[in-house]
Amino acid sequence: MSDVRIQALGDCALLLSFGERIDPALNAIALAAAAALRAAALPGVRDIAPAYASICVQYDPRAWADASAEQSPHVRIASRISAIVDNFPMSQTESSAVAIDIPVCYGGEFGPDLDALATHAKLTCAEAIARHCAAQYRVAMLGFAPGFAYLLGLDAALHMPRRATPRVRVPAGSVAIGGAQTGMYPNELPGGWQIIGRTPLTLFSVARDRPCVLVAGQRVRFRAIDADQFAAFAQ
Amino acid sequence: MLTTVQDGGRHGHAALGVGSAGAMDVVALRLANLLAGNDENAAALEITLRGPRLRFEDDALVAITGADIQAQCAGEPVVGWRPVMLPAGSELTFGGVSRGARSYLAVAGGIDIAPVLGSRSTDVSARLGGRVLAADDVLAVATPRDPGGRQHRIAAAHWSLDPRPWFDPDPQTPIRVVAGSHFPQLDSASQRALFATALRIDADSNRVGYRLRGATLALREPLELVSAGVVPGTVQLPPGGDPIVLMAEAPTCGGYPRIAQVIAVDLARLAQRRPGDAVRFAETSLEEAQTRYLERERALARIGHLVAERLHE
Repeated sequence: MSDVRIQALGDCALLLSFGERIDPALNAIALAAAAALRAAALPGVRDIAPAYASICVQYDPRAWADASAEQSPHVRIASRISAIVDNFPMSQTESSAVAIDIPVCYGGEFGPDLDALATHAKLTCAEAIARHCAAQYRVAMLGFAPGFAYLLGLDAALHMPRRATPRVRVPAGSVAIGGAQTGMYPNELPGGWQIIGRTPLTLFSVARDRPCVLVAGQRVRFRAIDADQFAAFAQ
Repeated sequence: MLTTVQDGGRHGHAALGVGSAGAMDVVALRLANLLAGNDENAAALEITLRGPRLRFEDDALVAITGADIQAQCAGEPVVGWRPVMLPAGSELTFGGVSRGARSYLAVAGGIDIAPVLGSRSTDVSARLGGRVLAADDVLAVATPRDPGGRQHRIAAAHWSLDPRPWFDPDPQTPIRVVAGSHFPQLDSASQRALFATALRIDADSNRVGYRLRGATLALREPLELVSAGVVPGTVQLPPGGDPIVLMAEAPTCGGYPRIAQVIAVDLARLAQRRPGDAVRFAETSLEEAQTRYLERERALARIGHLVAERLHE
């Protein structure tokens, strides 16, 4: 686990970088290292957030100040973090074995870009849906907006560039494709991804103990439902 | 005009895509709270450019800090940077901000709205938590933790804090940055321009970020980056070449090159600049940035003790 680069992100944060590509193996390392860092409960750490191939750690330099001032707080916390990520067991991954089932009503008003996706992929709409549902996904990270999950595992046939002009409003629950990524809009947001369907699930709600349905490492499957089932779910 | 409830921020949820939000000028927030006898990160009002008119139904010890703002109560100006007792029924009328961008009004006890994920901050862009004030809003105030301040039946303290170390409205003061991970990938003209140019804060700037115009920066060659963590103060370079400084409502991650990071001490100062103001960056070292941070925190702790003593006299 020596392939980590620790860089300061200013005076109150640092980035641990495991590579510069979207790669399930690197993501698994980032998630496992983030879990190890959380378990270490380092003093003064305000936030630990994994991304595709990196971890952002925010901290209060006061907790790492050296009375003799021989080493900066950054040097001290970085060496401690380095020792932890060099030695963590890979079994500490947050990845869950059981996939969560996400019902999606594809196409129509819920998925205005499904036709374009099918055309782009040289598939029928039904084939595109079948491929989107056949794959096993894993949440690589959350970001962009509260509860927005970026999924790994999209069938290469379904990769499609973002829209030339982003939409000002993408409805909550929209299931979308942006390049090699697929994800879901937890709330109404602006967005440039291709919208292929919508889930009736409430993906992000602070009214729940666990605000996010999806967390990093979670396995995910999509299941096609029709408009009636969508309406029944939504109630 | 934008008045929101803000506190020290919603920390610890970046893994869910939830940013910290919180006060833009977090130092002014902390000082306002200290002057009102509150925990320094308690919820207070952040007033942007122009303030509201507020009616107090109960006696309230308040303090105004941050940008210079006109404030009146019963025809008398309300002086900033000191505790002021407003009797029940008082109307506090704010005018415009004359210097700076954001003023803070702390009320003893703190603004009592429901916390969301542990914070009362308003994340305006994510529409999460807090409150954006609208006409006829009613805000509850929690019971002050320290009733000593309330027993002060004074109109205003006879002392105030010297704002000069904490509020610098001069847009010519350089904003110190530490070079970011991708600074070396800027072409050499852009590396010089980042520090040699007086940039200007674009009208398209808000609590999420300040877009800076005046130097179109370019990379030596395109960088393929995957989304990674960013924090308030991160200076990103989108393809258009105008750098963006992420502010209090920074998203939790971004895929643009990170060319610099505004040091924490100066991020509060930058928060007092407004669209049209100049920004000149000066490079400093990480060690220096952390030294300044620790120095600031020691000074704030000292002020906290002194103010607490005064409030009990």
